[in-house]
Amino acid sequence: MKNQSVINNIDWPLVLLYAALVVLGWMTIYSASLPLEETSIFDLGQIYGKQMLFIMMSIPLISVILSLDAKIYEKYSLIFYILSLILLAGLFVAGKTIKGQTNWYAFGGFSIQPSEFAKIATALILSKYLSDVQINLKNTNHQLIAFGILALPIMLIMLQPDAGSAMIFASFVLVLHREGLPAWYLWTGFLAIVLFLAALLIKFQFLFIYIVAGVIIHYVLTRRARRNIILYGISLVAMIGFSYSVDYVFESVLEDHQKDRINVLFDKNVNQKAEGYNLNQSMIAIGSGSWLGKGYLEGTQTKGGFVPEQHTDYIFTTVGEEWGFTGAMVVIVLFAALLLRVLYLAERQKSRFSRTYGYCVAAVLFMHFFVNIAMLIKLFPTIGVPLPFFSYGGSSLFAFTTLLFIFIKLDANKVNEW
Amino acid sequence: MRKILLPALIIAAALLIAARLFYLQILDDSYIQKSENNAIKVKYEYPERGYIYDRNGELLVANQPSYDIMVTPNEMKNTDTLEICSLLGITKEDFIRKVEKAKVYSPRLPSIFLPQLNKKEFAAFQEKIRRFKGFDIVKRSLRDYQVDVAANVFGYIQQVNYSTIQNNPYYKSGDLIGKQGVEEVYEDILRGVKGVKRIQRDRFGREIGPFKDGIYDTIAVKGKDITLTLDAELQKYGESLMFEKRGGIVAIEPKTGEILALVTAPSYDPSILVGRKRSENYTKLYNDTISLPLFDRGLLAEYPPGSPFKILTGLVGLQTGAIDENTTFVCHHGFFYGRGAFMKCHDSGPVKLHNGIYNSCNTYFGSTYKQTIDKFASPKEGVDVWSNHLKSFGLGNFLGYDLPPGRKGLIPDGNYYDHWYPNGGWRSSTIISNAIGQGEVKMTPIQLANMMAAVANEGYYYTPHIIKKIQGDKIDQKFTTKHYTTIDQEHFKPVIDGLYDVYNLGTARSLRVEGIEICGKTGTAENFTKINGKRTQLTDHSIFVAFAPRNDPKIAIAVFVENGYWGARWAGPIASLMIEKYLKGEITRKDLETKMLTQGLKAEYEKPLSGKPFTINK
Repeated sequence: MKNQSVINNIDWPLVLLYAALVVLGWMTIYSASLPLEETSIFDLGQIYGKQMLFIMMSIPLISVILSLDAKIYEKYSLIFYILSLILLAGLFVAGKTIKGQTNWYAFGGFSIQPSEFAKIATALILSKYLSDVQINLKNTNHQLIAFGILALPIMLIMLQPDAGSAMIFASFVLVLHREGLPAWYLWTGFLAIVLFLAALLIKFQFLFIYIVAGVIIHYVLTRRARRNIILYGISLVAMIGFSYSVDYVFESVLEDHQKDRINVLFDKNVNQKAEGYNLNQSMIAIGSGSWLGKGYLEGTQTKGGFVPEQHTDYIFTTVGEEWGFTGAMVVIVLFAALLLRVLYLAERQKSRFSRTYGYCVAAVLFMHFFVNIAMLIKLFPTIGVPLPFFSYGGSSLFAFTTLLFIFIKLDANKVNEW
Repeated sequence: MRKILLPALIIAAALLIAARLFYLQILDDSYIQKSENNAIKVKYEYPERGYIYDRNGELLVANQPSYDIMVTPNEMKNTDTLEICSLLGITKEDFIRKVEKAKVYSPRLPSIFLPQLNKKEFAAFQEKIRRFKGFDIVKRSLRDYQVDVAANVFGYIQQVNYSTIQNNPYYKSGDLIGKQGVEEVYEDILRGVKGVKRIQRDRFGREIGPFKDGIYDTIAVKGKDITLTLDAELQKYGESLMFEKRGGIVAIEPKTGEILALVTAPSYDPSILVGRKRSENYTKLYNDTISLPLFDRGLLAEYPPGSPFKILTGLVGLQTGAIDENTTFVCHHGFFYGRGAFMKCHDSGPVKLHNGIYNSCNTYFGSTYKQTIDKFASPKEGVDVWSNHLKSFGLGNFLGYDLPPGRKGLIPDGNYYDHWYPNGGWRSSTIISNAIGQGEVKMTPIQLANMMAAVANEGYYYTPHIIKKIQGDKIDQKFTTKHYTTIDQEHFKPVIDGLYDVYNLGTARSLRVEGIEICGKTGTAENFTKINGKRTQLTDHSIFVAFAPRNDPKIAIAVFVENGYWGARWAGPIASLMIEKYLKGEITRKDLETKMLTQGLKAEYEKPLSGKPFTINK
């Protein structure tokens, strides 16, 4: 039974999870953007009307993705990648600048954000590269190439500058890890984050003592044979140097608004009417939801428009306010189920390309999901990334849909591979 | 290992988010309040306070509209301070101070900026209020007094203080609450219920409609009117009779326990505690620590009752069998009640209960008291029996009337003296002064009046009360319950006969009122003060108690005039004029009336303050 209908092979649970999130997302957007006088849900003058249109437009998009030959995605991944790099670079020529960031192309009424699509292209090219049997991520050259693939779009995005989107690309490191990248990369990254936060929170003298103590303890606990005094020395110096430079980086390299966002997270001289406003309002909206929420369309914070950007990056605050803890849990469980389902399917793939791509999908979606929600509840500094399938916006909906459905197509096609 | 890292991260992140949400949404409930502060503006509509009428339906207390300017500090924006100051006639310093004060209460909630403006004052401000962001006007109702008396009965209304706001969620900053008098006691009835409107706001503070379509909104309910037992005419008359005197008058209707008049002197016009001058006037009254205009002497002043107490001494003597109607003692301008201890008396000759009362013979009642106590096995037992009889008249404790509780007075019992004489050795002669209302006993004027009501009723009384009717409601049942004294009815008759002859043959001969049979008793009580730490005797208090008419008592009265010397000098005339006024409606003894209305004791009250030596009882 070669090339049997895709419909029979696609993973329906995944499609249903996707549909559930999109529908819930639209309902939430409807509540968050409801004007005083009700209008038709298809009113294109309204945000929910436009989102409805985007959702409708996703259906032909999905059909196209599913009906194309699965091989296309692997075959043309390089072209997609180059195309997206050109689009990113082109922003500096023809892009639209909003709030200091040049990350949109605007045509007439619609606009697209190329960084959204660069994620897909990067995921494809990375999967393609890693699917080559000769590639081994224990090999330094191969590591360099893999990092290079990631670095190009990241650099272009940083120049816009759009730190949030750039950060999403960091999630690809998780994919590289799955495909064999030595573990110390992750450890180093993890340690760097811990040291960065620690350096912001405690005095350098104390941190110095903790680092020295930590390294000595680690040394003592390590088996004699593996003790490399030089390596320990270099690590020690690197960690101290890094910690010492955090203050400098924080003060000189970070932009003011980035500093503010970190200060807000740690409650350092926060003005709740200025830099602390967004987070404060977001926590009030979510925190006032209690068990069952204030009821759909009944959120006082949502109606009063207290939370800024509520239909985009802050959409989850409406879920928290109107549907309470129960509703928020439903959304979180749906996301977790979708992510785990993708990973489960990825591990079942016969081709390394499909598996790696599945991992990319899960990693990117996970990063979005976590960063977006964590920033609303003061677990993470405020970084403007949308909540996949939920947040308003054609660009992001199409990009996430494409990202996911390419995987669904690859998965559906696995019966045709051997 | 590599396979499980990402799934593990996903699950860990989901759990972390879930835990954090659980904390924010379920455990920490501060956000619910913050959300309300944010998005819901609560507007109150203040109901009119209930009116107050007297027993004859005369309107005593009504309302007038008043306007408070409220400020919400956080909402102030681009305020034209100078213009507000000039519109309201305040200085810039005032302005800053008031805003600071409001911030201390709450930057987010409205508090009073300037209270109690009248219509004219606020009109100019109202025209421009749109331009003053954060300022608001609240209409409230203030009292409009129809009479200039009975301030002590009414009490007053004032802004709630911080601790009330903390303890009672009904009240918000700037609300008014009744203090003292019936305004305090019947606050819940008089105030009505505030109307509440919840309005949803957007982040700019603009109102975007009623919260949940107004299902939580309520409309204001007007306070209930109340009718007092007070007779406004009598109250007015009583206050004018106390011209330049200090003291109290309490008149009670014995058949019901209704308070007909409750006068304290000096007093004040209740209307001075309304409006923008309120605080200034209140401070003045509060700071008058010499004449104490805010001190309701009728309820709060504990005086030695003096000779009227002999009525009780006699009744207890009869009840315990220590004496009967015919028991005779011989008075030699006094008597020896112990070794070398002599109690003086203005009387002489053989004395029975009847002339003992109308002549107010110390010998007779001193002896009666001694025999009463000595009838029992020990003085302690005797005093306990005596004390319990007195307590059945409501003495030595709060009477339970519906005004601020006043004072208990003092009726000592055996333990009291055991405490003072820990080694024992006290006996009837030690405490003989109680017999004539000097010693340790203390009573308030209302207790004295209530005692007279019990005598008039021959053995029972109703808890004195000021409330007669509540619109659409019943008054407390305890005010319609008879309290019986422990004295049998038969013993009252001879005592009442004696009291009747006080007016015919005794100490109040000069105060007879044509056509009214009054039973009364004079009193003259020694009293002391401290001047520069030295105990100094002052001129005696003039006391009088009475009820009338004898066979169908309609009024029982107690009058105290501080430092008025003997009973028939000031208190007696005032009591008889009050009775005449109440029963007849007009006064026949114009000279006596004029004297009371125009003469006072100013000179007497200045004596102890003058710093010079002075003589008393002149």
